[in-house]
Amino acid sequence: MTEVTLLRAGPGVTVQDMGRPGYLAQGLSRGGAADRLALCEGAALLGQGSDLAALEIAGSFLSIEASAPLRIALTGAPMRAVCDGAALVWQASHLLPAGARLDLSGSRGGYSYLHLGGGVTGAQVLGAGSAHLGAGIGRMLEAGDSLLLGPDRGRETGMTLAPLDRFEGGLLRMVETPQTRLFPEAMRARFIETIFHKDARGNRMGQRLVSESESFALQAGLSILSEAIVPGDIQITGDGAPFVLLAECQTTGGYPRIGTVLPCDLPRLVQAPPKAPLQFQFVTLDEAVVLERAEAERRASLGMSMEPLIRDPHDIADLLAYQLISGVTRGDDLERTRA
Amino acid sequence: MLPTQNNKQTDAPGIHPLGVDGLLIRFGGQLSEPANRAALACRAAIERDPPTGLLESATSLTSVYLRFDPTGTDHARLQHALAPLLASRDWYQADLPQGRRLWHVPTVFDTDLAPQLGEAAALAGLSPDEATEAICAAPLRVQTIGFAPGQPYLGELPPEWDIPRQTGLTPRVPEGALVVAIRQMVLFSVSTPTGWRHVGQTALRLFAPEKDDPFLLRPGDEVLFQPVARDAFEAIRASDPSGGAVSERLD
Repeated sequence: MTEVTLLRAGPGVTVQDMGRPGYLAQGLSRGGAADRLALCEGAALLGQGSDLAALEIAGSFLSIEASAPLRIALTGAPMRAVCDGAALVWQASHLLPAGARLDLSGSRGGYSYLHLGGGVTGAQVLGAGSAHLGAGIGRMLEAGDSLLLGPDRGRETGMTLAPLDRFEGGLLRMVETPQTRLFPEAMRARFIETIFHKDARGNRMGQRLVSESESFALQAGLSILSEAIVPGDIQITGDGAPFVLLAECQTTGGYPRIGTVLPCDLPRLVQAPPKAPLQFQFVTLDEAVVLERAEAERRASLGMSMEPLIRDPHDIADLLAYQLISGVTRGDDLERTRA
Repeated sequence: MLPTQNNKQTDAPGIHPLGVDGLLIRFGGQLSEPANRAALACRAAIERDPPTGLLESATSLTSVYLRFDPTGTDHARLQHALAPLLASRDWYQADLPQGRRLWHVPTVFDTDLAPQLGEAAALAGLSPDEATEAICAAPLRVQTIGFAPGQPYLGELPPEWDIPRQTGLTPRVPEGALVVAIRQMVLFSVSTPTGWRHVGQTALRLFAPEKDDPFLLRPGDEVLFQPVARDAFEAIRASDPSGGAVSERLD
């Protein structure tokens, strides 16, 4: 069984998968990868199931060594990836020789993913391997930790996949919540005109947003009965700033929510750099369902959009430093078709 | 948004979309005993015969949340599928769940383990001692489990406790913290930020992921807080993994 040893690990490195659904009634949110699209991309690059666990690196750094030849894929927020001195292309799959050292560094924030052929196995808690730090399940990984991998049935490496552009902020589409109409029309209008930025206080539970605009707080908002809340909900707490709930959010809440960001747009929020502009837009429920279905289909067929990495003739001696092929799809064809 | 569904009953549940893959069935915008029982019974009935596309369900105080697969069904179809069940009975007359238990829980109501008791008591028009007495006077029922794993919402306190949440968030309260707002109490299963006021401390472990049954409390259970001095509490916390809690069956 292949074993991976962590040589260096900054804060915020965790095992993540699609989370553990089914425990909302007991107050445990599903959790899982902050950027689920990145999990799907990594699974496609390695030709394995998107339910397998990978390593999530939250704006940090990581170095590993494998006991045997190891297939990897790198997705999510780009980092500098170096294997025994040779630079590796991000958003691609690679084969590491046994004993090779992989260094991932230079994160500019967001969530980066290291996918390992066969996936990370290990302690399953309530049916999943992902750490849920807010619930006290699992923990952040540290230097010296060893991870066992499942059997890797794939062989292919040296493939790349154009990422869906989600690393510069942009538009976050949302649907109305049962409380949206509690916010006066003028306030809702001001909300969708406002350019927001991430506050430093973001984590896997949620992301606070800041803006130049005045408060969005509702006076009546402090005594709303707690009810179910979901990832993507934009809660307006007493201080008047929006707080968008993410993968590891609580399951109920009593602050009013002005909207719910579509799951297909959450990667754009979690991967936005600190100064990137974020703006909200209401869509109808019908539009939202169409968008979600289209994104589910796109994710299911990611494997068909892969392209082989080709080597630059000048670097031919360097087996790992590939250049991206030109003419790959941009990955946002869906949106361009709509527009 | 879909229109709220109404039938002959004036207080029939309203159905609202909650995100692109969810529905919320609301039995009331205010907490009431019948609405709470209605939500618990309705969810149990839906779980016994789940409609196509349902992925999971949960109750909160007076509502049922349904999460579905949006690639296989949608809000309107699920709502249509649920209509006969919702109209089939008066949910507000439903009984409490079976197998309920009464828990006795040692709790500290002073020192820095209860930093906001004075503030909350003042909002309720009580002295700190009167507030402690009121909280411990009678068992509070677990109306729902939610927010964090195994975390109970307990109620209902007398009307003078209808105090709002605070404007800002307390950055962190410890596991086992007892907090209060809007006639309810919550026990925290994990260390967490909160907008509720921290008025007491227990040593309960509400969520133990390594156990076969990781969740200590269930909706319908009752909790009676027993004031203890800080040194007695520290002794319990140091020696008893169950935080000194003992339970007895209610039915």
